[in-house]
Amino acid sequence: MSESPQALVQVQEVSRSFGSLKVLTGVSMNVQAGSLVALLGPSGAGKTTLVRMIAGVDVAQGGQVRVQGDLMPTMDQLPVIGYMAQSDALYLELSGRENLLFFGSLYSLKGEALQTAIKSVVDLVDLGDAIDRPVLQYSGGMKRRLSLATALLHGPKVLILDEPTVGLDPVLRHAVWKELRAIADAGSAVLVTTHVMDEADQCDIVFMLRDGRIIAEDPPKALMARAGAETMQDAFLHFATGEV
Amino acid sequence: MRSLAITRRVIWGFRRDRRTIALMILAPCLILTFLWLIFDGDTYRPTLAAVDLPPPVMAVLEAQNATIEVMEQGEAETALAEASIDAILGMDGMSFSVLLEGSDPSKSKAVMFVLSALGDSLGPAPGQGAGPKLERLHGNDEMSAFDNFGPVLVGLLVFFFTFLVSGVTFVQERRSGTLDRMLATPLRRHELVLGYALGFSIVVSAQATLIAAISIYGLGMMLEGSFVWLLLVTLLLAATALAIGMFVSAFARSEFQVLQFIPVVIIPQVFFSGLFPLEAMAPWLRWIGECLPLTYGARALRDIMIRGAGIGEIYPDLLVLLAFTAVCLMANVQALKQYRAI
Repeated sequence: MSESPQALVQVQEVSRSFGSLKVLTGVSMNVQAGSLVALLGPSGAGKTTLVRMIAGVDVAQGGQVRVQGDLMPTMDQLPVIGYMAQSDALYLELSGRENLLFFGSLYSLKGEALQTAIKSVVDLVDLGDAIDRPVLQYSGGMKRRLSLATALLHGPKVLILDEPTVGLDPVLRHAVWKELRAIADAGSAVLVTTHVMDEADQCDIVFMLRDGRIIAEDPPKALMARAGAETMQDAFLHFATGEV
Repeated sequence: MRSLAITRRVIWGFRRDRRTIALMILAPCLILTFLWLIFDGDTYRPTLAAVDLPPPVMAVLEAQNATIEVMEQGEAETALAEASIDAILGMDGMSFSVLLEGSDPSKSKAVMFVLSALGDSLGPAPGQGAGPKLERLHGNDEMSAFDNFGPVLVGLLVFFFTFLVSGVTFVQERRSGTLDRMLATPLRRHELVLGYALGFSIVVSAQATLIAAISIYGLGMMLEGSFVWLLLVTLLLAATALAIGMFVSAFARSEFQVLQFIPVVIIPQVFFSGLFPLEAMAPWLRWIGECLPLTYGARALRDIMIRGAGIGEIYPDLLVLLAFTAVCLMANVQALKQYRAI
């Protein structure tokens, strides 16, 4: 199955409403193995709703979401997905290491393998000695990094990150993007949501999402060229309003 | 295995959360101690004014658990009006006359008790046989009100605090996003519920053991049966409370909304589970009691602590508690579907 030629993540004509509120309308997107993809859009565009469906937590009402060809949601694909939620989703009264031990065990990691995985993700997100302190004492940026570490722990083939860089300083933000690039280059499909327009130009493909619809998709340079814009911000404005 | 990871996480969480541990253990013990101080005190010693009583009567009276003051009629009436004495005892021809202060039923009862003892000691009237000989099937002379409602109270306190803490903890899990996060892992819904139930059971068993031990060995609550059965019932009751707490938290958006379930879940159990006598209530009210888990737990606790019952007598009540727990846990697994469809 891992040799399948199609995209790791396939979203086809997906719609989702909450009551009378239509959040997603006919959204289609693919994420290939080895690519770093951004889902760019303002808050309320439907980014979180879309990635929750890919992560198998929510269900599409119209259309299909497939991971490695399997129709989501299915328990079969949950072990290959890594998900970093928009909220930090950490146990504040536990230490950073205990959080990692806990989430690692949920992926059936144990013993030596779990210890090795923890060591490598802690180095990756640069938490160092703080890992044995209660999360209660962490700064916002440290929590974000620990949260990222919990998503990376089991070496997921499909990594979904919901606003991973919120609250990070520019240096760390740069480090995180560099790391995501490396994970994608190693063969995983990485999907990142962000509302920070200029972050998106480090990705292979950018999907612009507004009011529950994809308004544009292309590599960042191509998008800016099509819009005749200097920045992603102007490009987004162009596709959102047809102006500029 | 994944269930055990949840269990371990719950215990780790508690270890650092001293305030919650204090709430679960100290609060029930404090409440029990206060009630013990109020209800387990010595019986009230009434003060009686003796007006013109013959010496043989005085001799018997002074042997009773009462303060006797010899007074003139007028002096006694003033004292009674001021409520500084509880009754005036005098002679009206050949029989006693008693005037009670009467505003407090418990004090009146104490006076009546002294008077009945007086009647017994002076012997039956000529021509009458001896009075009935009093024996008890259960309990003893020293048994106080506290011993009677104590078992229900132990059950109620364990139930209430377990319900509260499990409900609030599970709501926090949702509000912090960790529930969502867990459901994005290969964790199955029933593994989550079982792991939680197990983790809480371990914490709650410590709580239940302490509360039971303090009631029996600290406050001297009556225990005719075995401490082991007492512990078993308390634990089962806690398991039921934990399952119900988790279940209602699925319908609460905040910690405060968990508290709003107290009138629905806890208050009826206070009134209809045996703390107040149910025999005098209307049949449909008694029927409410039969739907509440605490009724079964409290009945089993009373049977063990007052009547010395063993597992052979209480097992039907335990089975009902087990059924309550199982149904609520399964309902939990279903309720989690609103967070992840699979």
